[in-house]
Amino acid sequence: MPTMNLFFYVAAGVATVSVLAAITRLNAVHSLLYMVTSLLSVSLIFFVLGAPYIAALQAIVYAGAIMVLFVFVIMMLNQGPQAAETERLWLSPKTWVGPSILAGILLVEMAVLLRGDPAWLPGNRIVEPREVSFALFGPYVLVIELASLLLLAGLIGAYHIGRREPNLPSSGAD
Amino acid sequence: MAIIPLEHGLLLAATLFGLGFAGLLVRRNIMYALMSVEIMLNAAGLAFIVAGSRWGQPDGQIMFLVILTMAAAEVAVGLALVLRFYRQYQTLDVDAADRLREQT
Repeated sequence: MPTMNLFFYVAAGVATVSVLAAITRLNAVHSLLYMVTSLLSVSLIFFVLGAPYIAALQAIVYAGAIMVLFVFVIMMLNQGPQAAETERLWLSPKTWVGPSILAGILLVEMAVLLRGDPAWLPGNRIVEPREVSFALFGPYVLVIELASLLLLAGLIGAYHIGRREPNLPSSGAD
Repeated sequence: MAIIPLEHGLLLAATLFGLGFAGLLVRRNIMYALMSVEIMLNAAGLAFIVAGSRWGQPDGQIMFLVILTMAAAEVAVGLALVLRFYRQYQTLDVDAADRLREQT
């Protein structure tokens, strides 16, 4: 019965609409709100597809940590005399009503899914975190080493690029 | 219980990837370029999860972990570059950094 897959298609529609909104908004914070919504809907799609561990990681790392980095940088670059004015504008309803509606759709889907009625879930086999861990620390143990090396390189790179040099040659401001 | 068709999942991943790519090409703000790259990486991860779910194997999820790590490292370096860029040019327009362009 095709209605079983309703969750997938609704979440896919939410993801597409919110990505479309994210790349067309003029204000970076509005785009970020829509982008968090799209990442959360992709997380719901992962859950429906039978990957609960990846769904949790998507919500925590992507929609949580990475988006918080974006918010930090946007707020750092936005210190001006008009900062208070823009703060006031961001709190106006038309900023958050769109993402709230899309996130509300996702919340309803998640609430129905958490009722635990297996008839609503599609027939994709659920791959438990246990299986992922066995594969990760078995045949794929080199992947962990590569990932940790990549994170270390990213850390050192970000620190090196982002540090404030006392005597920066001002040749770029032309 | 019906299985979600592989084609539909891949179609969604392609759509999200295309939208991210369009955003990368169209927007001139460097923050939007980074956000579009995030969208494209996430769409690639979605394709891995869809394929892994089709055969019920954990391999797709492990590839998603690799993409997640790469996205985190990429966004850290990218945002450090954004801060550097803003400090040097006082703008976020990528067209301001055109010193490597051939002068016509």
